[in-house]
Amino acid sequence: MLRRIPTGALIGLIITALFFLVAIFAHVVAPYGLGEIAGGVWEPMSAKFLFGTDNLGRDLLSRMIHGAQTTILIAVLATLLSFCMGAILGFTAAVVGGWFDTLMSRFVDLLMAIPTLIFGLVVLSVLPSTLATLIIVMGVLDSTRVYRLSRAVAVDLNVMDFVEAAKLRGESKWWVIFAEILPNALSPLVSEFGLRFIYAVLFLSALSFLGLGVQPPEADWGGMVKENKDGIIFGIPAALIPAAAIAVLAISVNLVADWILNRTTDLKGGRGNG
Amino acid sequence: MSSPIVKLIAQRVALGILLLLAVSVLIFVGTNLLPGDVAQSILGQAATPVALENLRKEMGLNDPAYVRYFHWLFGILQGDLGTALTSRLDVATSIKERLWNTLFLAFWAAIISVPLAIILGLLAVRYRNGPIDKLISGFALASTSLPEFFIGYLLVFIFAVTFPILPGISTVHEGMPFLEKMKAIALPCTALTLGVLAHMMRMTRAAILNVMQSAYIETAELKGLSAFEIIRKHAFPNAIAPIINVVTINLAFLVVGVVVVEVIFVYPGMGQYLVDHVAKRDVPVVQAVGLIFAAVYIFLNVVADVASILANPRLRHPK
Repeated sequence: MLRRIPTGALIGLIITALFFLVAIFAHVVAPYGLGEIAGGVWEPMSAKFLFGTDNLGRDLLSRMIHGAQTTILIAVLATLLSFCMGAILGFTAAVVGGWFDTLMSRFVDLLMAIPTLIFGLVVLSVLPSTLATLIIVMGVLDSTRVYRLSRAVAVDLNVMDFVEAAKLRGESKWWVIFAEILPNALSPLVSEFGLRFIYAVLFLSALSFLGLGVQPPEADWGGMVKENKDGIIFGIPAALIPAAAIAVLAISVNLVADWILNRTTDLKGGRGNG
Repeated sequence: MSSPIVKLIAQRVALGILLLLAVSVLIFVGTNLLPGDVAQSILGQAATPVALENLRKEMGLNDPAYVRYFHWLFGILQGDLGTALTSRLDVATSIKERLWNTLFLAFWAAIISVPLAIILGLLAVRYRNGPIDKLISGFALASTSLPEFFIGYLLVFIFAVTFPILPGISTVHEGMPFLEKMKAIALPCTALTLGVLAHMMRMTRAAILNVMQSAYIETAELKGLSAFEIIRKHAFPNAIAPIINVVTINLAFLVVGVVVVEVIFVYPGMGQYLVDHVAKRDVPVVQAVGLIFAAVYIFLNVVADVASILANPRLRHPK
């Protein structure tokens, strides 16, 4: 099994796993605490501070390890929310059809007519800045894309013989959605999960970088870029390191998602490897 | 101009206007999402009842929501974007110069990125599956995964700190000489270009490949047309519609990318203005600027639709 994975995907898989492990065991791995002031302001990289220190003299590596936890946790929860909402509504729209389908689809069209970041900013200007708000806003805005994909997949599945058979047997709509359509729609949704996760990481980082995402004293990678950005002009690369971490995570998840996508191309009926 | 084209275009434009109206409702609802009221969230829990009442009266919060919506909408239609809560300044006058600055930046980013993306896309198709194509695809994968601020600050680090040839902070003001202005926007412009280039290139490549694989191209090849003739007579007229589509969709992305890039380079544009006022919870400004961004986005999407209708040779001859 492992031998059939292309090198790119394998590297992506290993790095992604590493990031998740570090995030889960952040408290064990990190040499210093999240808010612990351990040295001078913006100390260069050294054996004591592997990535140097940040704008308040905190160890950057430790903060990034703790930040990995915040970033990945929020991104995973937002992606899960968007998948549950998007997939359930998308499948339901395809199976039920009629006015429910029309209403949902037009509403999703409307939501997608505004750039996600802009609408996110508009909504966040009135909502309280808590982690729960952030997860809900990100999840709901992103569920539009999942809705479109799952509806498209389910519309195809809905006319297949085994689904027709289940309907003729007199199974309920819920049975058709969860026992007939869901298992068969899983493979295209899995690779989409990777892409949505990257999008969530980038979106969260952008929000935090703009000062509207995770609020201090909590910290995520985008917020760390914001904290250290004033050092750049003096030649201190502290802001570049968390930004690079976001990039590495995004690229490795992308490599894995691309590989899964290519494997399931037949099921999606498009996007070949040409 | 034959009538089916005019009809189709009129439909798209009408749809765009309808969409914009619906979006204005959505933005209004979005800023009224809280179960409490905006006055409370602006002033905080410690606000006195009198202060709350005054702010409510000033913002018209005692009226029902639909009255406030129509009041707001008709104001905008007459060019009144409202007053900022924090600075008491008229929103329309504050954003006038910023809007031009943003459009200036986006314009130059578009001028550079569009031809570059099409040329690179053509190169990728010409040398399909060769090293150049692989290199371009790899670059595309990397650039869609990189956060804008990584590219932005890397540019600052290289071109403003290590080799100090360009300013890392892009201050522009009215009456600045053109060349100096160009020098000031060089880095944000590059960051924006890199942000949209990969996506545009990938989509151009896909659009051209799609056309090149159709049966009529094969027929043209088999009847012995030269490569140039095939491209001029058969491939180009059919590929232009998808390419125009790709370009305008990416210009719409550019409008969004501008928000983060402006904050990175402290550029006095609309994005920076929006972000500042979201942080201050200045709802009237956020509504107005959000609507403007959405309007530009929808406008570009309508332009994409209209352009692809105009470029479609099948619609040019009425049946």
